Amino acid sequence: MLGVLNVDWQTLADALALGAVYALMAVGIGLVFGVLRLVNFAYGQLVMAGAYALAFASQWNWPGWAGILLCFAIVLTLSLVMDRLVFRPLRTQSPAVMLVATFAVAFLLQSIALLWFGPLGKIASSLAPLNRPVTISGVDIRKIAIVAVIVAALCLLALQLLLTRTTVGLQMRAAAMDFRTARMLGVRANRVIGGAVLISGALAAVVAIMLTVQTPLVTPDFALRDTIVVLAGVVLGGLNRPVPATLGGFAIGFASGLLGGALPTTQSQYLPSILFAAVILVLLVRPNGLFTRDRESLERV
Amino acid sequence: MLTVSKLNQYYGGSHTLRDVSFDIPKGACTALLGRNGVGKTTLLKCLMGLVPARSGALMFENTDITRLTPYARARLGLAYVPQGREIFPRLTVEENLRMGLATKPCSAAIPAQIFDMFPVLKDMLARRGGDLSGGQQQQLAIARALVAEPDVLLLDEPSLGLAPRIVDVVFDALAAIRETGLAVLLVEQRAQRTVALADRCHVLSNGELRVTLDRSDAADTEKLVAAYFS
Repeated sequence: MLGVLNVDWQTLADALALGAVYALMAVGIGLVFGVLRLVNFAYGQLVMAGAYALAFASQWNWPGWAGILLCFAIVLTLSLVMDRLVFRPLRTQSPAVMLVATFAVAFLLQSIALLWFGPLGKIASSLAPLNRPVTISGVDIRKIAIVAVIVAALCLLALQLLLTRTTVGLQMRAAAMDFRTARMLGVRANRVIGGAVLISGALAAVVAIMLTVQTPLVTPDFALRDTIVVLAGVVLGGLNRPVPATLGGFAIGFASGLLGGALPTTQSQYLPSILFAAVILVLLVRPNGLFTRDRESLERV
Repeated sequence: MLTVSKLNQYYGGSHTLRDVSFDIPKGACTALLGRNGVGKTTLLKCLMGLVPARSGALMFENTDITRLTPYARARLGLAYVPQGREIFPRLTVEENLRMGLATKPCSAAIPAQIFDMFPVLKDMLARRGGDLSGGQQQQLAIARALVAEPDVLLLDEPSLGLAPRIVDVVFDALAAIRETGLAVLLVEQRAQRTVALADRCHVLSNGELRVTLDRSDAADTEKLVAAYFS
């Protein structure tokens, strides 16, 4: 397999790392979808805002940890503002209205970034040392690839514990299944939605950190393409289940990294076309998603 | 405990509840009978706040709850067992019961008496709610409502679609629940059993409360039939 695709171990490691980061984005999108039935197209702009925070922190020569703190502060604040100003008033509207609203928010934030920070972009370099390789049994692997996989695994583990071991996690899962019944039992809707939005925002901040290490040039359309690819991955995996959605995000990130490394440089512009053709093909065969079981898809009929 | 006065509700253009007034007293079982489509479920949803009342008032003890959200009513002490049970299918039985604790502090535990009333649940704590039989789900739904230790329990046709043996379990449980001092409102179709259980029984017809029966009428089939088709 590896031989056919002409992939080396380094590409494989990078593909795993991209898959891990995309899996986190998929979880962030999936969590909010679970409680709000809202596909947050503006998720990429949260990542973009976090990336700008890192870029400014490195421009001001802040230490790495301070930049990371600023990144979290900005992204979490923006998530809450987005929820309060847009999601909450539109909560009772149809999914189509909410989707269009998130498009509007996405382009609004992108335009604001363009106006304030200009089209040329800024460099987030304080975490750049993570791009240096380490040699593991003769193979050079970038540190960030290892860090990304470990951080993603830890985030998913922490989230799993939160969802299964805490009261608010239980309420989030219940609300994702049946919000009306959850409210009837006395669950505070704002608390559950606020929790999901915050966790989703925290994941966006983590993603911003990982992506700026790999792509230090932060422009207004930072993470836009990634969001579209992840959304495709989430739909591919199965939007209404958290685990399949995460696997879908990972799969499309991994495939994208692998193909990107395997395609000759002259043909790399075909990567998105190949990726999305594959998505359409998979959905034609398994419209309920690649990673959902058949029994579960029957429930929806 | 809960007083309903002059409640009106419309569904589209049709007037589904007309000036409905009655009391749900503490330590008693109040029942609501009626054919399909006369507005029984709508009335319960109004009481729980799932559909807004067009006009009228709901008083819970001395609090006007007419405009409160379902979540606020649950916190005050109303619990609702909906028709169709609304068990969370992919949560375990234990997690479903813990959802009943949503109105309580995080440290609250599931009271053990629940399993005296519904022993079948104790053996199934780790099973997923969606994998239970209809009768088990109904018991789980009632148990989940009771876990919150409510003051008023609203039940929408708890015996619907259940095997006769399970209907007995449910009615026995309802009798036991009344003894604990709760105010119970039971919406049912099984007229005879309901009249025999309830302390007072109202018959809803075309959105109006027409007839009120008491326990002595349970044996009087003609009176029941007349009340039903009035």
